[in-house]
Amino acid sequence: MDGSKGFEDVLTGEQKIRNFNINFGPQHPAAHGVLRLVLELDGEIVERCDPHIGLLHRGTEKLMESRTYLQNLPYFDRLDYVAPMNQEHAWCLAIERLTNTVVPKRASLIRVLFSEIGRVLNHLLNVTTQAMDVGALTPPLWGFEEREKLMIFYERACGARLHAAYFRPGGVHQDISNELLEDIDTWAEDFPKVIDDIDTLLTENRIFKQRNVEIGVVTEDDIQRYGFSGVMVRGSGLAWDLRRAQPYECYDEFEFQIPVGKNGDCYDRYLVRMEEMRQSVAIIRQAIEKLKGEDGPVLAHGKLCPPRRAEMKQSMEALIHHFKLYTEGFHVPAGEVYASVEAPKGEFGVYLVSDGSNKPYRAKIRAPGYLHLQAMDHMATGHQLADVAAIIGTMDVVFGEIDR
Amino acid sequence: MTAELLDLKQYLDTKRVDCVLTSIIEYGELTVDVAPAQLFSFVEFLKIDPRCKFSSLVDITAVDYPERAKRFDLVYHFLSMYQNKRIRLRVSIREGDMATSIVDVHPSANWFEREVFDMFGIMFTGHPDMRRILTDYGFRGHPLRKDFPTSGYTEVRYDDAEKRVVYEPVKLVQEYRNFDFMSPWEGAEYILPDDGGDS
Repeated sequence: MDGSKGFEDVLTGEQKIRNFNINFGPQHPAAHGVLRLVLELDGEIVERCDPHIGLLHRGTEKLMESRTYLQNLPYFDRLDYVAPMNQEHAWCLAIERLTNTVVPKRASLIRVLFSEIGRVLNHLLNVTTQAMDVGALTPPLWGFEEREKLMIFYERACGARLHAAYFRPGGVHQDISNELLEDIDTWAEDFPKVIDDIDTLLTENRIFKQRNVEIGVVTEDDIQRYGFSGVMVRGSGLAWDLRRAQPYECYDEFEFQIPVGKNGDCYDRYLVRMEEMRQSVAIIRQAIEKLKGEDGPVLAHGKLCPPRRAEMKQSMEALIHHFKLYTEGFHVPAGEVYASVEAPKGEFGVYLVSDGSNKPYRAKIRAPGYLHLQAMDHMATGHQLADVAAIIGTMDVVFGEIDR
Repeated sequence: MTAELLDLKQYLDTKRVDCVLTSIIEYGELTVDVAPAQLFSFVEFLKIDPRCKFSSLVDITAVDYPERAKRFDLVYHFLSMYQNKRIRLRVSIREGDMATSIVDVHPSANWFEREVFDMFGIMFTGHPDMRRILTDYGFRGHPLRKDFPTSGYTEVRYDDAEKRVVYEPVKLVQEYRNFDFMSPWEGAEYILPDDGGDS
């Protein structure tokens, strides 16, 4: 295996050494899920890296073809289960584009609010667990405490802590109360302190820097060749953010900065994520401010959305509409559309082909992590085995969305 | 945005007459139909041409239309971060036809093409590593074809006697539920059969 068999020369003691192949995962805590990497090592240096994915493949796209548009929505929570609502958003946007639905202003603001909460949820998990991969134990404990609070906001808005199914085509499922807004605002006031705390633990930490600086450098050329998006792009100095470049929802009304890195290494991506959390908090606070002055419905009028409960007690038509909506489902005009959002991990898109019936003819989910992980061979080659964990962590892969 | 797209559409229509079969702008998105033989050169052109610069591959997928002679549509999405534009290419191919791999132009196409092969059984010429990607090791069939049943053909369970995981044909404990909710009043194309009652 390591040369013990192949003695070449007894006098010089030279040995024949061949490369060592190891399996990293699928049950490895630093693989962030069920990832199996077949690594070819020369000593401690990675020579080749072949990711085997699909261990969490659930056939989401096939299942979606036999379910109505509304029934398909919860599948999106189960893709990237770290920031569920951001995925639903892409699905809703695709349907709304095809049906030409205008989302009410209040619903749009709530969507922005919860998308940004999703971003904080994701970055908290990613930054702190990546730190754990490289040896720090405290950050995840502190980060998960905040995640817990955010999950409770999820729960108070829609009843579920994780699999929300809150964004609906035409708006959001239910209105949120002013108390919830106040509580989120209080949280947003305190949260920067927590980021600063994590900051003091990590940013100037010698071990953390030794493990991350100049590891997994991404150049502009790599970004184009491997189709990176999100923080993987911004960490290398390109200010590319779909919220700014191709605004969707009402992001064009918000003021926020797009943090960019300089060197494109793991450390810069960490810094970008930290700053993005601060920017998200700023957006959250703006959204709350706007929401306070914005009353009105949270669901569009029309066939996509259920009628009001009170209306159903009075009107036969409303009752029929409700029944038909939840059995047959609404019909989407024939056509094809690609809708994408800036999910915390990068560009999350849905390519939706409709044949005019109540079920999607084909829905393709474009997950950012799929492309990031694909570049693993390119990024890990030449690095040490221990750096593989740091690189996987900073790529921000979640197997729910990669394996679908 | 739409005016710029229109410009781009006209530019492509005139500049690459040999490649563009049809081009159309729908829902604010430009879709170009390309002949399979011209795909590689067209993708290369889109990447290099300074007015296009579609240098990021966003997605490759396929759509199955079993009733068509050219059964599959290969769909490519590209993004230009420099021009802030998107484009969609569509290539129709027959079942059993080989498509051209674009891995040489966009290395990111590698896994996408493997996925299309896995899910639809479309092979790509010039692909360096045409293995399955998402399905199980040793899986048979191509799940996203319309003639593949959603429940699949095999199921696995741990066999306590044999002390290993065994594959068996799918046995559904209840009938597969696929209700037809299409209303005869709107949407459905069929006419309900006469129930034999008095008319």
